[in-house]
Amino acid sequence: MTKKEKDKLTAFEKATCKINVASSPHLADSAMTTRSMMIDVLISLLPVILVSVYVFHWYAVKQLLICIASCLAAEALFTRMRNKPFSLLDYSAVITGVIIALSIPGTAPWFVSVIASFVGIGIGKSVFGGIGMNIFNPAMVGRAFVMIAFAGYMGASGYQNAGSLVDAITQATPMDLFKQSGVVPSLSVLFWGVTNGSLGETSAIACIIGGVYLCIRRTASWEIPLGVILTVAVLGGIQNIVSPDSGWTVLHHLFGGALLFGAFFIATDPVTSPLTPKGKFIFGAGVGAIIMLLRLFSGYPEGVMFAVLLMNALTPLINRWNVPKPLGEY
Amino acid sequence: MRLGLKGFAGGGTFAHGVHPPGRKHYSSDAQIEVVPAPETLLLPLQQNIGAPSKPIVKARQDVLYGDVVAKSGGFVSVPLHSPVSGKVKKSAVTTLPTGLHIEAIVIKAEENQTAGNDFYADLTGADWPKNGIGEYDPNKIAEAINNAGIVGLGGATFPTHVKFMPNDKKPVHTLLVNGCECEPYLTSDYRLMLEAPAAIITGALLAGHALGARDIVINVEDNKMDAVDALRQAAQDTIIRIAVLKTKYPQGSEKHLILALTKHEVPLGGLPSDVGMAVSNVGTIAAVAMALIKDKPLTHRVVSVTGGGVARPANLLAPIGISCGELIEFCGGLNENASRMIAGGPMMGFPFIDLETPVTKGTSGLTILTEEDVQKAEETSCVHCGRCVDVCPMRLVPTKIALAGRHKDLELARRYNIMACFECGCCAYICPAGIPLVQLIRAGKVLIAAMNKP
Ligand code: SF4
Ligand code: SF4
Repeated sequence: MTKKEKDKLTAFEKATCKINVASSPHLADSAMTTRSMMIDVLISLLPVILVSVYVFHWYAVKQLLICIASCLAAEALFTRMRNKPFSLLDYSAVITGVIIALSIPGTAPWFVSVIASFVGIGIGKSVFGGIGMNIFNPAMVGRAFVMIAFAGYMGASGYQNAGSLVDAITQATPMDLFKQSGVVPSLSVLFWGVTNGSLGETSAIACIIGGVYLCIRRTASWEIPLGVILTVAVLGGIQNIVSPDSGWTVLHHLFGGALLFGAFFIATDPVTSPLTPKGKFIFGAGVGAIIMLLRLFSGYPEGVMFAVLLMNALTPLINRWNVPKPLGEY
Repeated sequence: MRLGLKGFAGGGTFAHGVHPPGRKHYSSDAQIEVVPAPETLLLPLQQNIGAPSKPIVKARQDVLYGDVVAKSGGFVSVPLHSPVSGKVKKSAVTTLPTGLHIEAIVIKAEENQTAGNDFYADLTGADWPKNGIGEYDPNKIAEAINNAGIVGLGGATFPTHVKFMPNDKKPVHTLLVNGCECEPYLTSDYRLMLEAPAAIITGALLAGHALGARDIVINVEDNKMDAVDALRQAAQDTIIRIAVLKTKYPQGSEKHLILALTKHEVPLGGLPSDVGMAVSNVGTIAAVAMALIKDKPLTHRVVSVTGGGVARPANLLAPIGISCGELIEFCGGLNENASRMIAGGPMMGFPFIDLETPVTKGTSGLTILTEEDVQKAEETSCVHCGRCVDVCPMRLVPTKIALAGRHKDLELARRYNIMACFECGCCAYICPAGIPLVQLIRAGKVLIAAMNKP
């Protein structure tokens, strides 16, 4: 329509020119978008990030910057290869970067972080078709790869050369210390997080604050952390009864290692966890059970990553077994 | 919050569902106005679920107000009546917002029609009996309802006589009158409850008597407390009780109404009568009263014309067959920022672009949304957040059904009970990824329907 033609129309006709159609519903909950969920996750990670920077200083800052930058670069590279538009506003890559950074030792060399990020985004996500299509948690895929490829930097010794930092940090992680020499750390150290470990796992309180925020905002489904924590508490309790003098109590199980970080921030990745509330609880319980199995019966101290990856593989089955009965069907 | 639910097992609400913004303020204070009869009316032959009506008038024939112009096309069908006196013209084909192409009877109205004003005066008048209802023969009530062409006015347009026929096999003990009007924007039922509570009470007594129901409960959401008061007052000295339910979408769905009030689940694929209940909308109940007491067939209905896109939102008593454009014009026309016209409410209504589209018996309102209202977040992939599962009032897994619809995977669609979806839109409303779930589910249903055809 030319401008002249447009001027001739009545106001009524002009208004109807702009009328469009689309399928119902015609309203959407605008407060809730994928992007706002991603931002929520970043907000919830803040306490953990702050504690890790407080404890590990520039080791943490460096690791975060490297991982975020490499994840974004990987995302840009792989989306270009698939001819999909890339936008920096896709916070999901940033989140993957933060999670990878927080789940490895502060002293891991830069190339370990870069490789973990590229593998996580590339093999963990892009080959499946990008966000929403992946089966495995990308951050855990990346971490698993470097765990195997660079066992030296990632295993027990990876935590022991943070030279210049406060005393507690220069020794092995509480989990390793206990496994190797039966040293039981004080609960308050685990609770506040002034100890060695992967950047994000040391402080129980920071994980709880961020995690509860995520659950209240319903960005994470509370059924998953509940499943993890309950199972670990029950199995840990049984272990306490069976061997009462090991010194490692239920609370040590809950506050130690990456348990809370994993329960709140890793297992809750919606893409790779089940859809229904019941399925989510089963998923969480499965993660908790595998963690305890590894902690109690393997020489390997920390099983959060393997537990999440294993349960990711089971997610399609859990979904299939949990088709809810519709209203009115008995 | 006042929940008037003594003696009912349900807690006044049901699990799941959503809370979209109500936006009733546009038209909630606008008293029902009578729209003058237009020059021509278009009466589509399909205004009910079931068989279309069969025309019995020819072109150039004269008709009077209330004359039958099309007879019922079968058991699940109703006749159509002329809302005006005038002359029948050559019939035309029209397209309803649902996409249905259907033949319509065209009537040219004489000047100076008063039918609308008389209808309004009768509806809102004071002389509605509360006693002596027992004298009516229950079978005759159902017959009169059929003869008056009454269908469910909430939008489902199920022929009402089928519901209100005494049924020995599945006796109905409770009549629920649905005044929830849970769709955002719409206020036609609300205004009717405020302005014609006595007619609703009489209609409910009649319908309850036809069914042989022991209990009659009128259900209203707690955002319409003045309607509750008006109905309570009008219901004095009758067996009718008013229940106040929590405001939630889709509270007005009959299965969820029953669930909220009584905790009973209507079996999947079943009807309220399977749990001994009948549900009927307040507008329908008022139409029953008009038919039996005032001898007036269903020729007019209350329509809300509302939303930020219309100049003067209003509630109108409109003759069936008037065009949507004329109603909008009566309300001062569209605003500059009008962006979408919907027949019905924004959650389940159908968009239309043709202003000639006629108002039918099922048109509860016209919602005119603005550009700002319809802005949708950009569609991204499903992130499996499970929010759609959390809100689906039918306890389905919407994302999986939509996936089945998208990939034409019939096995998946059946496994996830696609046919149980009643397209309420809760899932698409909440989805953070902006996925058109309802649209995809509809596509899947069409496919299944095509497969089931012999
Ligand atoms: S709400 Fe949307 S994004 Fe979330 S699971 Fe359902 S379809 Fe997927
Ligand atoms: S799947 Fe159907 S019934 Fe369930 S929320 Fe979506 S539209 Fe409503």
